[in-house]
Amino acid sequence: MNRFEFLRPTTIAEAVAAGARPGAAYHAAGTNLLDLMKGGVMRPGTLVDVGRLPGLDRIEHAADGGVRIGALVRNADLAHDPGFAARFPAVAEALLSGASAQLRNAATVGGNLLQRTRCGYFYDLASACNKRTPGAGCDARGGENRLHAVLGWSEACIATHPSDFCVPLAALDAVVEIIGRDGAREVPLADFHRLPGEAPERETVLAPGDLVVAVRLPAEAAGFAAHARYLKVRERTSYAFAVVSAAAALRLEDGRIAAARIALGGVALKPWRARAAEAALVGRAPAEAACREAAALALADAAPSGDNAFKIELARRIVARALLLAAAGTPGRLPALPASPFAALPGAQAHV
Amino acid sequence: MTLSISLTVNGTVQAVALEDPRVTLLDLLRERLHLTGTKKGCDRGQCGACTVLLDGRRTNACLVLAAAQDGASVTTIEGLAEGGQLHPVQQAFIDHDALQCGFCTPGQIMSAIGLLAEGQAGDDPERVREGMSGNLCRCGAYAGITEAVLDAQARLAAREDAA
Ligand SMILES: Cc1cc2nc3c(=O)[nH]c(=O)nc-3n(C[C@H](O)[C@H](O)[C@H](O)COP(=O)(O)OP(=O)(O)OC[C@H]3O[C@@H](n4cnc5c(N)ncnc54)[C@H](O)[C@@H]3O)c2cc1C
Ligand code: SF4
Repeated sequence: MNRFEFLRPTTIAEAVAAGARPGAAYHAAGTNLLDLMKGGVMRPGTLVDVGRLPGLDRIEHAADGGVRIGALVRNADLAHDPGFAARFPAVAEALLSGASAQLRNAATVGGNLLQRTRCGYFYDLASACNKRTPGAGCDARGGENRLHAVLGWSEACIATHPSDFCVPLAALDAVVEIIGRDGAREVPLADFHRLPGEAPERETVLAPGDLVVAVRLPAEAAGFAAHARYLKVRERTSYAFAVVSAAAALRLEDGRIAAARIALGGVALKPWRARAAEAALVGRAPAEAACREAAALALADAAPSGDNAFKIELARRIVARALLLAAAGTPGRLPALPASPFAALPGAQAHV
Repeated sequence: MTLSISLTVNGTVQAVALEDPRVTLLDLLRERLHLTGTKKGCDRGQCGACTVLLDGRRTNACLVLAAAQDGASVTTIEGLAEGGQLHPVQQAFIDHDALQCGFCTPGQIMSAIGLLAEGQAGDDPERVREGMSGNLCRCGAYAGITEAVLDAQARLAAREDAA
C-alpha cells in the first residue's frame, strides 16, 4: 500500500474541499478501497475519511411511501430495516445476496455505488488495462473473459459493474443526491454510472470532490412491493459476485400487468435497465410466454465480448425467471438463500 | 504526522499512536497489541479468518483502517472466556469437532457470535450456512460448524431462560 495522508473532516463542506484535491479519495468503510490499495491498483495520496460525517447514517421514510437513505447507512442495516424491506423487498434481497455478513456490516450505501469492477486484469498490475492506465490497452480482450460484458461494452473496455444493490435501484428509479464544490444536485441512478466508450477510466458522473450524500427511492417504487424479486446466478451457492442477475418488479391489476420494472446486473459496466421489455409487458397476463418475450427484448442488443455468449441466453432465462417469481408474489420472509436461482418456480414439478 | 486513537479492546481502553495511517485493525491487533488469535488469511476480505466484533458487529479486521476507528470497541477471540470458562460458542465448537487444523476457527467463532447476535438465522441450518458463508474452512469442517452454531444458540437460549 502506498503512503497517504489521512484526513478526518467533521463537516460535508470540509470533506468536499479536501476530496477535490488532486490525488484524494474518499474513504467510507474501506472494504473496496483498501483491497485495491493493497494491490497497488489505487494509490491515492490523501484519504478523506467520510465515515464519521454527521447526519449521513439515517434511513428516512417519507409519509408518501418513499425513502431517503443516507450514504453512510451500512448495507446490512438497510437490508434488515423492517420498514425498508417491506416496501422495497427486491432491494433488500439484492443487498443480502452480496458479499458476506461481515462485509455487509461494514460496507456503506455510497461505497457500494462507487465500488470498482472485478475484472481480473484491472486488479493485475502486470496486465494492460485502459481503465487503470488510459491508453494502455485491454488484456481482457482475448484473455479470460467468460464473465465480461455482453451489453454496452466498447473496444476499450469490456468490464462489468459488480454491484447487486444498484440493480433493483436502477429498476425502481432511484435518485442519487450529490454535494460538490458547486453545491447540491441529483442524478438518476440509471444515469450515474457511465458506459466505457473511449474513456473507461471515467466511471461515473461524479466530478472531483463530489460526495454522494444519499440515495432516494420514490413512493412509486413502493407500489411494486407485492411482486418484486432479485435473482443472481453465482459460480458457487453464496458469497460470490453475479455471473448474471436480474431485478423484476410488477404491479398487477385484475390479473394483468399494469406496470413492470426490469434491470440486469453482471452484463454491463452499469446496472442495465430494460425499458423496452418493461413496456412490452404492460397489459399482458404475467405468464411464461409474456415473460420470455420480455426477456428476449431485454437482451436484444446483446453481443458477446469474448468467450461469454452463454451469458446472453443465461440472462434471458434469469430475466424470465425473475419475472415469473415476481408474478407469484414476494415471499413473506426472504428465502434462506437470498436471490438463489435454485428455488423452484411456483407450480413446478420437483424432479426426483 | 502521528494520529492518536483510543480503542477499547476486550474491555480495556488502549491509547494507540499511529505514526503511519496504513495500519489495519488486523495488523494493530496482531503486531502492536500481540493478540494473535485473530488470524491473517487472505488479508483481502475473502476468507473471514480475521473476523472480530467491531462495536458489537462481526467485521473483517483486514479491511478496516485502525486510524478510522477512534473510540471504537473491539472484541477478539481472546476476550470471550470468562473466569477460565469458555464462551458457549467456543465450547460448542469443541463438542462438535467443528475444526481440523484450527486456523479459521477464531474467525468462525467470532462470526458465529455475530450471527447469533443478529438473530436472523433461527434454527434453520440453511440460514446458518448462508449466514456463515463469509468464513471459509479449507479443511471442510462445515458440517460440524453448522451443528456447533445451532447447538450454541440453544445453549445460550437455555442460559437466558435460567437467568
Ligand atoms: C470478498 C468481497 C466480496 C464482495 N462481494 C460482493 C457482492 O457479491 N456483491 C456486491 O454488490 N458487492 C460485493 N462486494 C463489494 C462491497 O459491496 C463493496 O466493497 C462495498 O459496498 C464498498 O463500500 P465501502 O463503504 O467499504 O466503500 P469504500 O471501500 O470505502 O469506497 C469504495 C469507493 O467508493 C468511494 N466512495 C465511498 N463513499 C463515497 C461517497 N459517499 N461519495 C463518493 N465516493 C464514495 C471511495 O472513494 C472508493 O473509491 C464484495 C467485496 C469483497 C471484499
Ligand atoms: S475490461 Fe476494462 S477493466 Fe478489464 S482489462 Fe480491459 S480495460 Fe481494464
